[in-house]
Amino acid sequence: MDYFLELFLGGLTRGSIYALIALGYTMVYGIIELINFAHGEIYMIGAFTALIVISVLTLMGMNTIAILVIAGVVAVIYSSAYGYTVEKIAYKPLRNAPRLSALISAIGMSLFLQNYVRLAQTPNFLSFPNLIPDFEFIKPYAHIIGSTEIVILITTAVVMVLLTILIKFTNTGKAMRATSQDKTMAMLVGINVNRIISITFVAGSATAAIGGVLIASHIGMINFYIGFMVGIKAFVAAVLGGIGSIPGAVLGGFILGWTESFATGYVSSDYEDVFAFLFLVLILIFRPAGILGRSGKHEI
Amino acid sequence: MLKIKNIQTFYGNIQALKDVSIEISEGEIITLIGANGAGKSTTLMAVSGIVPPRSGEIFFMGEPITDMEPDKIVSLGICQVPEGRRIFPYLSVTENLDMGAFLRNDKAKIKKDMEYVFDLFPILADRRHQAGGTLSGGERQMLAISRALMARPRLLLLDEPSLGLAPLIVKKIFEIIGKINAENNTTIFLVEQNANLALKVATRGYVMENGRITLTDSSKNLLANEDVKKAYLGF
Ligand SMILES: Nc1ncnc2c1ncn2[C@@H]1O[C@H](COP(=O)(O)OP(=O)(O)OP(=O)(O)O)[C@@H](O)[C@H]1O
Ligand SMILES: [Mg+2]
Repeated sequence: MDYFLELFLGGLTRGSIYALIALGYTMVYGIIELINFAHGEIYMIGAFTALIVISVLTLMGMNTIAILVIAGVVAVIYSSAYGYTVEKIAYKPLRNAPRLSALISAIGMSLFLQNYVRLAQTPNFLSFPNLIPDFEFIKPYAHIIGSTEIVILITTAVVMVLLTILIKFTNTGKAMRATSQDKTMAMLVGINVNRIISITFVAGSATAAIGGVLIASHIGMINFYIGFMVGIKAFVAAVLGGIGSIPGAVLGGFILGWTESFATGYVSSDYEDVFAFLFLVLILIFRPAGILGRSGKHEI
Repeated sequence: MLKIKNIQTFYGNIQALKDVSIEISEGEIITLIGANGAGKSTTLMAVSGIVPPRSGEIFFMGEPITDMEPDKIVSLGICQVPEGRRIFPYLSVTENLDMGAFLRNDKAKIKKDMEYVFDLFPILADRRHQAGGTLSGGERQMLAISRALMARPRLLLLDEPSLGLAPLIVKKIFEIIGKINAENNTTIFLVEQNANLALKVATRGYVMENGRITLTDSSKNLLANEDVKKAYLGF
């Protein structure tokens, strides 16, 4: 039973990170119907930024929790700036071009950012210190869940609640939904559609940066290429849940996380990555709109 | 109030508007009538900044708005109820109305205006939590007009409000168009294929054919005009 619980919570943790990153894919797709392939790189840049901040602040001898928070905030700001800029440079000029052009531009942006970090930073793996302290209250349960997992779960939950409030109840959130449903009509009621698209990229990038810092703390290592695999898996999660649907991205993330966790735990860890792609193929065959997706016009 | 001066509009290489000029004074109701594909909707979209003209100019209250962004144009007080209503399908009725008031900040007055449109169309009040996409055609038209009213427009552009509706609902919608004009002094630019109805509510009319204004006169004269009768009034 303990083993099952350990795998369950492990899958939940993994899944919540996929979900955090999947949210960015799904929000962007909901609003401009583009798979933002550079999204994984935004998350990778978040992790690198956090590592730089952590290194500097650790040298200054700051308190570890304060360092972690500051690193998180800086990563969010930095990644958001990247997300904003990527949209302006690579996607906005192509808004009225055939969809394939924007997709190619997205892939180009992804490769560019990977190699930019590789050259500007390093091609090697860097170790990422885990600054999350060991909580006393978790000690008795240490065999099924650790402090890092708890922090990941709580942070993810908070981010998701905030995002839901933003989208459901604020005027900006309503405008995001309106824009995703009918851009021309959104303009006709006075919504500045370009601004809403930028806000969507910023929100998705900020969420990805938080995911980046959490996952880096969890795994303990980063390099310029980490955005690729996690990015693809988060993308699978988004498609699984129904691309364009926010609850779908969260659900898809959890399902993928659990599947991977149970499969590695009960079958073999060799096949971990296979499942994501197996899933992708199965969804595309049997339910192209995803679990919660709409086959017609998408809502974010 | 609105002055469209010699505009030419293109979709790619196809010219949709040829040297179109239209003028509207404050408080007026004018109508633009014409057959399918004449360029009526394109004219409204040019005013709203969605399809900016290639040449010519558009002025609102003396200010040039020819190349202004659509949201700026709305902020000046020009609102459009487009062809096909374009209700946001996954937003509730209330949320659709909220979007109409997107550029406003006066929460208390927005609430009052929502009560006002619910008074105009009580059926919308019953449907307030329902998704826009689940409404009937008539309800959608009512919601589309209400959504535009939520912006407190000075100039209301209406694109074929009678299209596809039962006669009784059409009558009601036209009554309300008259009422909006009379009560709030809202200027109305009405595009219609139902020329008979449109010329009855409007004071003046323009006739458009193949992207050109071919005739303009008072509604009374247009209703009596033999060519107009033959082409648009069905006798
Ligand atoms: N997005 C577009 N791309 C290309 N051509 C267009 C586009 N929209 C309209 N047109 C063309 O421009 C011309 C004018 O169209 P418009 O929609 O303004 O006509 P209309 O008078 O509103 O017609 P209807 O009464 O059928 O609504 C038509 O020939 C139409 O085919
Ligand atoms: Mg039309």
